[in-house]
Amino acid sequence: MIIRLLFVLGTLLSVGVPVYIVAWLLVPMVGEDSNIATKALADRRGLALAAGLGSLLVIVLVIISVLGAGWLGNLAWPLVIGVAGVALIWRNASPDEQIMLRRLAEPLLGWPRPGKRPATVLRTLAGTVLLAGGLAILLSGHAGAKLLLPLGGLILVVAAIVVILGPWWLRIALALVAERQARARAEERADMAARVHDSVLQTLALIQRNADQPAQVVKLARSQERELRSWLFGGSVPGVAHGRATTLAAGVRLIQQEVEALHGVAVEAVTVGDCGLDDHLDALLAAAREATVNAAKWSGADVISLFAEVEPTEVSVFVRDRGCGFDPEAVPGDRKGLAESVQARMARRGGSAIVRSALGDGTEISLRMPRVGGPRQPSRA
Amino acid sequence: MSASGPAGAGPRVFIVDDHGLFRAGVRSELGDQVEVVGEAADVGPAIAQITASLPDVVLLDVHLPSGGGQAVVSSVKAAHPEVRFLALSASDAPEDVIAVIRAGARGYVTKTISTAELIDAVRRVAAGDTVFSPMLAGFVLDAFAALPAAGADRPALDPELDQLTPREREVLRLIARGYTYREIARELFISAKTVEHHVSSVLRKLQLSTRHQLTRWATDRRLA
Repeated sequence: MIIRLLFVLGTLLSVGVPVYIVAWLLVPMVGEDSNIATKALADRRGLALAAGLGSLLVIVLVIISVLGAGWLGNLAWPLVIGVAGVALIWRNASPDEQIMLRRLAEPLLGWPRPGKRPATVLRTLAGTVLLAGGLAILLSGHAGAKLLLPLGGLILVVAAIVVILGPWWLRIALALVAERQARARAEERADMAARVHDSVLQTLALIQRNADQPAQVVKLARSQERELRSWLFGGSVPGVAHGRATTLAAGVRLIQQEVEALHGVAVEAVTVGDCGLDDHLDALLAAAREATVNAAKWSGADVISLFAEVEPTEVSVFVRDRGCGFDPEAVPGDRKGLAESVQARMARRGGSAIVRSALGDGTEISLRMPRVGGPRQPSRA
Repeated sequence: MSASGPAGAGPRVFIVDDHGLFRAGVRSELGDQVEVVGEAADVGPAIAQITASLPDVVLLDVHLPSGGGQAVVSSVKAAHPEVRFLALSASDAPEDVIAVIRAGARGYVTKTISTAELIDAVRRVAAGDTVFSPMLAGFVLDAFAALPAAGADRPALDPELDQLTPREREVLRLIARGYTYREIARELFISAKTVEHHVSSVLRKLQLSTRHQLTRWATDRRLA
């Protein structure tokens, strides 16, 4: 539409008449099934109005030329056609476009306005000077019948218009696009969230409760449920960037998701407080993951409790199961996971790992890591 | 409070959940272990029918179409404090769960709880006990930990209600770590009754304190 308007302006400046008319007739509007030309021809009152405006202008021009301002005759026909065109466009433009046209006219009609930024005033001033200069050259060029001057004047006038209105048009166009996209996204999201929450989450809960094939169905249902949750509540999981956790609570949640997905065992994860991660807490999380995976693989329990608490001076993680348990003193040599990945890893960073287990009585691994810095944050579930 | 239904039946249970499928599922699961006296799908009908049937335990969905489950709890509790509520939910937004507990529910479990555990939880709530899932214990610890410590700039309004005792914290931590009340009793060398006493005390603090900080905590979380 901006293009059409520019063409109208071009018409007023005695150029682009044929180009404008052709484009005007052939280019259909975005989102409309008929172009302006078709609609304009069907709009009797609009045609009458255009004809009326055109003839009114002709009369005014005739009077002016009679009064001796003969140079205006050069502009007369483009001017008449341009005005009639504008009238037709206005009447047949969609409501959206009318609002935009009004906005386009605003800075010209409403200027100068109180509270305008100095930059805008300066820009308008510069544009006005260019416009005046351009018009002067253009008109004197016509009077003097020189060939190059009118062209220079035209360029100046176009430059003036661009300087005055260009940034503002651009801003409006960008704002419109952004607004439409945001609205579409929000609607789509609300729609999906409502539907998925009402059906899929509930059904998943049911599947988990009533499965005849417990292991497989529960495993599938759970991983699906996690996926949906993370998608529903904020697109990506908070605190996770590029698949890596950036906070302790997010790290615990990742362990929970991975172990549930890979081993088909429920992990009941509870986190109290939260804080950012450093090397020490990365090590703590790695040890906690190893302990949880161990419990999932060896304990035989179908639920593993994973509890993490951030305190001012230390962070503790407890991994507990009610499975078969083992004798910590009699771990076979080929099962180095606990000694290497958990205890040694914690010790290297100044933390501690305590294993409590007895045959037939489950296992609990307590991990503690002193905090180096950083204040405690309230947790974000 | 023991069962007042037909001989042999367990506690009289009322189910409030907006998903018919879920209600039917729970009904068939609880089977002959409890007596299901009714069900409702939203706040208004739930209040009316619960007031009419006066069950021992109401299984209450945290999220209902026309508002949170806490509306049901507070309305019924006002007239019939003997009706007990056990909150259930599929999604675990801490502020919603805490709101229902503060309104007067005796416990909270997730919908993925096993049938045996659910029946046990209903029995315990019917008997006047609390049912703290690890998740709820975590939420409560978090809610109290987020409060500024009394002292420096703010005197404790009511230290009795504003803070958890070290023992209560210890008990909540063990619940969060996956211990049952019985296991906690063994761990701390106290009786199961004493564990229940500590948890009840936490529940009382959560419900009685008018602390705006708890509300603040919930609001902050919602905004986060």
